[in-house]
Amino acid sequence: MSEQLDARGLSCPQPVILTEKMIEQLKKGKLEVLVDTDTAKENISRLARRKGWDIEIVPEGKKYRMLLNKE
Amino acid sequence: MSHLKSFFGTRWGIVLVGAFIGVFAALLQKWGNPPNMGVCVACFERDIAGALGLHRVDVVQYIRPEIIGFVFGSLISAYIFREFRPRVGSSPIVRFILGFFAMIGALVFLGCPWRTLLRLSAGDGNAILGLSGLIVGVGVGVVFLKKGYNLGRNQVTYSSVGWLLPLIMASLFAFLVFAPLMGDGGKSGPIFLSAKGPGSMHAPIIVSLIVGLAIGFLAQRTRFCTMGAIRDIILIRDFHLASGFLALLVAAFLTNLILGQFHAGFEGQPIAHTNHIWNFGGMVLAGLAFALAGGCPGRQLFLAGEGDGDAAMFVLGMIIGAGFAHNLSLASSPKGVGLYGPAAVIIGLLICLFIGFTMREKVE
Repeated sequence: MSEQLDARGLSCPQPVILTEKMIEQLKKGKLEVLVDTDTAKENISRLARRKGWDIEIVPEGKKYRMLLNKE
Repeated sequence: MSHLKSFFGTRWGIVLVGAFIGVFAALLQKWGNPPNMGVCVACFERDIAGALGLHRVDVVQYIRPEIIGFVFGSLISAYIFREFRPRVGSSPIVRFILGFFAMIGALVFLGCPWRTLLRLSAGDGNAILGLSGLIVGVGVGVVFLKKGYNLGRNQVTYSSVGWLLPLIMASLFAFLVFAPLMGDGGKSGPIFLSAKGPGSMHAPIIVSLIVGLAIGFLAQRTRFCTMGAIRDIILIRDFHLASGFLALLVAAFLTNLILGQFHAGFEGQPIAHTNHIWNFGGMVLAGLAFALAGGCPGRQLFLAGEGDGDAAMFVLGMIIGAGFAHNLSLASSPKGVGLYGPAAVIIGLLICLFIGFTMREKVE
């Protein structure tokens, strides 16, 4: 069961700040982040990679489901 | 297309775009724009306010095609890459007020962050104070962000909402081309177009428009943002946007050197004053307002171009703020700081602090 974060409708840098808080708390595991702009998607991808999390992005209509994973 | 899309997201993508802006801003000066003001979003929106008669300082009135180009360049890019996403409703009145005071801070210093870099790249030492103020202002904004400051969620809305600012920009372009006399029963301006001073200095319309379109297109792709560059370093130690910021500075510096536009010093710099305290203070206010609103003035135009109605409110706040800044003796001039400029900066800072301290509700 992965943790979830709904960052839709939030303008930058809020999605990144919230994601960073979550991954600092979790340390490892699975996190699912919902975003609805390409900017948020790119910023969170960059953050996740820098923090050593694997990332998979699933486009769903006008939003993206971002699956972050760290073993 | 996807290769192109991913290239713009890379470090090289943003460096090239920063360099493009730096080179063409310096060239626009060569082609007619005011010195050290190849592109200045604050100054150019102030000129637009003047052309519309929202202030009556006759040396800074012109409808700057670069601003129109920024919005349409971003709009075109957003449509091509399927990123046009009309949205609105994240504290629009707050964004208007932040835009208003951002403009006042910028006009006390005499420039937005872009012009701060252009002034620095041309040897204007006063820009060091402006840049320092900008960093401090953004730094204070980051403290609020870390404490949970946010303006709430926006909502997806009708495409027509996203088109409103572009339509305003199209109307401005018509005003520029036809320059109708609409004041005093059709006998005088507005539309005002300066006959002397910085407002009278401009590259040919078509050149300004094309450069503006290109910058708008590229900046939308790369999310270029000068405030974000500073914010991301402080907030999350991310140097991505900062590499574009530095590229702009270096490219403009080299272009200025080649074009003979580099003159180091503090005194006698074009469209600048030497009051260190308020060069610094003005940009602390501007930096804080940009940080609280989530983007520098250029970025707000690009966001508005991709359908963000809240960013459009910030833009309108800046244009109205420019009217107030010149009508109420808040704006500086080469002679020095405006009579009520310092008081306005302090009031603006208090209002930004009020916004920063009180808007910290948890995002549900």
